[in-house]
Amino acid sequence: GQGLSRGDPMALSPGQGWSCRAVLGEGHQRTVRRVAWSPCGSYLASASFDATTCIWKRHEDDFQCITTLEGHENEVKSVAWAPSGTLLATCSRDKSVWVWEVDEEEEYECVSVLNSHTQDVKHVVWHPNQELLASASYDDTVKLYQEEEDDWVCCATLEGHESTVWSVAFDRSGERLASCSDDKTVRVWRRYKPGNEEGVACSDNEPTWKCVCTLSGYHTRTIYDVAWCHLTGALATACGDDAIRVFEESATGDPRQPTFALAAHDSAGPAVTLHCSASVLSTSVEAEPSRKKRPRVSFSRHMSLMARAVFPVSFLE
Amino acid sequence: DIIRTIRDPEKPNTLEELEVVTESCVEVQEIGEDEYLVTIRFTPTVPHCSLATLIGLCLRIKLQRCLPFRHKLEIYISEGTHSTEEDINKQINDKERVAAAMENPNLREIVEQCVVEPD
Repeated sequence: GQGLSRGDPMALSPGQGWSCRAVLGEGHQRTVRRVAWSPCGSYLASASFDATTCIWKRHEDDFQCITTLEGHENEVKSVAWAPSGTLLATCSRDKSVWVWEVDEEEEYECVSVLNSHTQDVKHVVWHPNQELLASASYDDTVKLYQEEEDDWVCCATLEGHESTVWSVAFDRSGERLASCSDDKTVRVWRRYKPGNEEGVACSDNEPTWKCVCTLSGYHTRTIYDVAWCHLTGALATACGDDAIRVFEESATGDPRQPTFALAAHDSAGPAVTLHCSASVLSTSVEAEPSRKKRPRVSFSRHMSLMARAVFPVSFLE
Repeated sequence: DIIRTIRDPEKPNTLEELEVVTESCVEVQEIGEDEYLVTIRFTPTVPHCSLATLIGLCLRIKLQRCLPFRHKLEIYISEGTHSTEEDINKQINDKERVAAAMENPNLREIVEQCVVEPD
């Protein structure tokens, strides 16, 4: 049966308003590391330590694996769909980022293998409205890629973190990027276009990215994920010290040097406040529980408000 | 006590016998209510990279399974014992790398043999 070999899915308590509609247990042979919905909602991509990425097509509560993307040499760490829905990116411990194109016949083709990083690539994320791709790596950098004259190239490398970069997130405008790292900091980067009024130099008439803010001293262990709310502009982080932190940008700050402060917290200590009240989709899918060991934090566009409450977050190491 | 009986991957001795780990190489700090940070600094017998990472993996697995209290674990090669110690330390403390390594059947088999409780 589906999923029974890995523990009874019925033992999970779905929580208010959520029910498990499908268990996709036959696609992968190892940990499923990440899943991503296509922008249209009809497809689900799953990235696995078995070095493959499955594409599932949805018909209500029934999912069929329509194709398996192969090519990476070892664990696939992340998968992400571009807003257009025609491009997909995957990344792996094999140090590469692959860009895939899908056509109307649901045929997937690898259009580029990018070997810019010198170590594992942990995460890939697309720009909210441009075909610009960002990757986070064990080599302590963030890289950006775009298509230039029919070829995908690395157009920027963001250096500054002192250890593995685990995740990146664009703000709503796509002019800023947040990265989080094993070095216990979050960095905010801003894009400067050629001819910018701040006088930031750009080489080759290409935009340049500069680090405009570093959040340090808030996190006591590796920061595994960061999410930038496109509704409120708040930054949320998921940390190995068992806490979720929410940061808000100071309204009086200089865009060139933004400052972020920890959102209202419990006076008894550094407890983090996060309460999501969301209008959720009427159907949901819960992927087969995998051996993911980190909290993931993301803001859906459907979140209607973000109120405050306190709950300690703990997860199994 | 939990780690002294781990067997060396290559030799028929325990890590304690080979002085890879000693009582003084273990540090325990309280970091919260009933939660502790456990830090291990071990000295590999030979400067061989893959062996050091393997020992690091064995230490982590054994401790994760056997420590009876909530903990965070950091494992390092003791300073000055290896030319690429930063690289090794980074690998053995990367959660994702550790999880993926333990899904590799060959590696897993070796680790299981090294950490199995002596009769």
